[in-house]
Amino acid sequence: MAYTLLTPADRQEMLKAVGASSVEQLLDQIPADIRLGRPLALPAGLCEQDLTELTAKLAAKNCSADSHVCFLGGGAYDHFIPAVVDAIASRGEYYTAYTPYQAEASQGTLQVGFEFQSLICELTGLDVANASLYDGASAVAEAVLMARALTDRPGKVVIAGSVHPEYRATLATYLTNLSTELVTVPVPSGVVDPAEIRKHVDANTSAVVVQHPNFFGCLEDVEQIAAATKAAGALFVAVFDPISLGVLKRPGDYGADIAVAEGQGLGVPLGFGGPYLGILACRQEYVRKIPGRIVGQTTDRRGKRCWVLTLQTREQHIRRDKATSNICTNQALLALRASVYLTALGPAGLRETADLCARKAHYAAAQLAKIPGVKLAYDKPFFKEFVVRVPGDPAKLLADLRADGFLAGLQIGAHDIAVAVTEKRSKDEIDRLAAAWARRAAR
Amino acid sequence: MKTIATELLNELSRKGRRCHHVPASDVEADHGLPASALSAAPPALPEVGEIDLIRHFVNLSTRNMAIDTSFYPLGSCTMKYNPKRHERLAGLPGLAGVHPLQPDDSCQGMLQIMYEMQQFLCEISGLPACSLQPAAGAQGELTALYVAAAYFRHRKQTHKSRVLVPDSAHGTNPASAALAGFEAVTVKSGPDGLVDVNDLASKLDDKTAVFMITNPNTLGLFESRIVEIAKRVHDVGGLVYLDGANMNAILGLTRPGDFGADMQHYNVHKTFTGPHGGGGPGSGPITVRDFLEPFLPSPMVVKDGDRYRLDSDRPLSIGRVRGYFGTIGILLRGWFYIRTLGAAGLREVSEVAVLNANYLREKVKDIYAVPYGDRCLHEFVASAKKLRAEKKISAMEVAKRLLDFGFHAPTVYFPLVVPEALMMEPTETESKETLDQFAEVLRTIAGEDAAFLKEAPHTTAISRPDEVKAAKEPILHWKR
Amino acid sequence: MDPKTLRYTKTHEWVAVDGDVATVGVSRFAADLLNDITFVGLPATGKAVSAGKDCGAIETVKSANDLYSPVDGEISAANHEVATNPGLIQEDPYGQGWLFKVKMSPGASLGHLLDAAAYEEHCANEAH
Repeated sequence: MAYTLLTPADRQEMLKAVGASSVEQLLDQIPADIRLGRPLALPAGLCEQDLTELTAKLAAKNCSADSHVCFLGGGAYDHFIPAVVDAIASRGEYYTAYTPYQAEASQGTLQVGFEFQSLICELTGLDVANASLYDGASAVAEAVLMARALTDRPGKVVIAGSVHPEYRATLATYLTNLSTELVTVPVPSGVVDPAEIRKHVDANTSAVVVQHPNFFGCLEDVEQIAAATKAAGALFVAVFDPISLGVLKRPGDYGADIAVAEGQGLGVPLGFGGPYLGILACRQEYVRKIPGRIVGQTTDRRGKRCWVLTLQTREQHIRRDKATSNICTNQALLALRASVYLTALGPAGLRETADLCARKAHYAAAQLAKIPGVKLAYDKPFFKEFVVRVPGDPAKLLADLRADGFLAGLQIGAHDIAVAVTEKRSKDEIDRLAAAWARRAAR
Repeated sequence: MKTIATELLNELSRKGRRCHHVPASDVEADHGLPASALSAAPPALPEVGEIDLIRHFVNLSTRNMAIDTSFYPLGSCTMKYNPKRHERLAGLPGLAGVHPLQPDDSCQGMLQIMYEMQQFLCEISGLPACSLQPAAGAQGELTALYVAAAYFRHRKQTHKSRVLVPDSAHGTNPASAALAGFEAVTVKSGPDGLVDVNDLASKLDDKTAVFMITNPNTLGLFESRIVEIAKRVHDVGGLVYLDGANMNAILGLTRPGDFGADMQHYNVHKTFTGPHGGGGPGSGPITVRDFLEPFLPSPMVVKDGDRYRLDSDRPLSIGRVRGYFGTIGILLRGWFYIRTLGAAGLREVSEVAVLNANYLREKVKDIYAVPYGDRCLHEFVASAKKLRAEKKISAMEVAKRLLDFGFHAPTVYFPLVVPEALMMEPTETESKETLDQFAEVLRTIAGEDAAFLKEAPHTTAISRPDEVKAAKEPILHWKR
Repeated sequence: MDPKTLRYTKTHEWVAVDGDVATVGVSRFAADLLNDITFVGLPATGKAVSAGKDCGAIETVKSANDLYSPVDGEISAANHEVATNPGLIQEDPYGQGWLFKVKMSPGASLGHLLDAAAYEEHCANEAH
């Protein structure tokens, strides 16, 4: 049918060759009493045109960053994606290949992996990066498992309450069965107090996890936190926003031992949350505890420079239950997108993009703060996202603003809304949001 | 003339060159960031023009073999054709542009697709509850083991500390078991290539939490005693986990839930042809029995009347294993595929996959013996043992030489129970002519000179890489 | 070291005891099985080790072989020459290729270790 090619004559000839009278005979190794004696209860098959029509109808039921002006963030951002990203990532040579098991026939994928690692090292100011992980949330969990093994301190992990709640939840799941206590430091003022970190870190703590800029968009005092962590002999796991590194100090420069990120902002569509891109980089001395695939440079028999998967003794297919992680795949196609994106932007483009995000976010914050009753929830420096406190029901307000054509932000708790502003948002869009917000709030 | 760029981006970089241009600021506002947080200069990313970038990545792409260029019979990876319609549909703005934190009523179309996908996966596996969250097969395994651990903890059966894993299993099985806090115990394979039921029985006891089994197994054989195996595991209060890597063989023919599995994962990127992306993204949803449903990750999609919503009010849930809802892009493609094929089409997938594998097996088995089984399901494991003994041609040489003929190599040296293993999975999307050509080439290679084969491949972008050097003196990023 | 006078583990470590210090390496039999060693992971000085528990690894491109401490105690020295030049393990497993020294705990048992003849027999069995 749709994608099979055998003609009736082919089938006859092939069955004859294998000495079977029917395909059914080939299936007789499946015991009869567990055969499904009926067709699967699934909708009937559709041709391409019908499937296209059906899908378009369902897609039309969704609001999106395309149909609405998007100020929604919370770890996934509506950044501009240059056309070159799609042009490269839609090449079948990349997206229909698999894991580069045969290096001779996979130099494209492998060299891209190496380029990606090089770009991430430059971006983070750290010595080594892997070829990517599933997403930001699982990257946090993997970084903590890594710190736990490196420090040989299984007892405790300290995380700031200003880290993305889904990252914290994912980490909690990963630690549940490993007898490791997860201590969440409360963040009442929008940023974590380094003194609070100092209070919780002890000789049995493997890692301190802090996000900068944090879930509320605010900048953390990362240098102080790094010092406090180091003093206690734990490792500092910094969660960063890759776009922010166009203007902010790099994790390697402010003392992070392991840096992880959600790489969605680097040329990956919002796509309802996935596939996204987990980024992990660290200091050189931790290289043998890195989870996941790593590409290394070597030479071939003719002396040509080339690339292979390397340091594989860390991985599950060799170390089995003693592997650094159970991860088997990487997000190769998303790492390709990020590599093309970062290359397309270059240093100037990344700096300008980050600068624009920050300026527009500050402009938006100023406009929204003018609305009666609306105020900034935290009096702290922020990057491209900020939290406003509103007098009424945030859910109602957000629904109203959606009717006005805006995905205006993310509800946090009972009174707050986080508003994210990327370089894509024009002054006009921000002004229109502020006007609509004021109108709706006045009602 | 240089046609293939193998310089690295940093080597192509020229100061001041640009590709993307960012608009000027249209707001009168400062960036508001304190000087202490700022870097003096942006990261020193490569600086290239648009044509440099395009030529670089396009030329690199030509150094890959892919399904779109070549027959790719990589055993256990199910390298079937990736339909182009999926790419266009997944890219529709109403799908690709949906933000993951939008309220439910603003993304009913997306939630309906995900709800239906849950239903489809339940029906295909014969297990009534589904979580689409796991990011890949390995995370599906891990998630299922978390579910099992939560289930036993809830029942106060904390002595359930062991996960049994066949020796032929994928390395992710024991790695996931360890990460979920279990002790991994190996179960032997018998002389027929199937689980040794006696060895299993000797290792089953009150401590057994889960037995992980791949069925059809990595040899492409159906575990014919699966019902008995499941009963034995259940008799000691354990759960049966099915590694669904090989679901392509049994769609609509038999269902894990019907042969005793309590939990399973799918590799949507394999069975339902989400493209493999050069090694990811994957998508590893799991389905489970009703009594395990309360422990599945949050959120899941539920349907109230004619509305769909994400349900996070699940007090016994293990929580999250990743951010947001799942690898939507791959799940969408799985949904497109299942909607395209329907029940009859999916069954045909498995029938043709089995016929193709048996046909190929028949065409090569006189030279590359197949030590286990008289027939296979979707794949088989041949051996170059005889060639190695008689002509010093190893499985590795055969694999490398195949690349010269424009075929991707089979999986080699796995599973370990077959010496000089060549694991071939042709999939249902290949024609008889392709299989004939491939078999012919395998026969040709067997007749070639061993010294010549030791140097293969001869025509690829590079010859064999020095892996020892790569591991001994790791160079993991570009250095000035 | 004279291999005849050493004691061995079933996991192919050799042990030379001098006072309360045990010097540990891998046997010639094991060294010959390891082609192209890419990495030697040695325990840190001061680390507590116990008999039969892994405390390091010798790696090739496609294998990771755990090192087990033959005795209870604390690591008192590690051979960093081997870490930079893993070839020493194959060239001179009983001499320059030694791996680490353990300061044995009071009363640490040696009874489970094999003598050279028993070890040779163990290797012969394993080779089949």
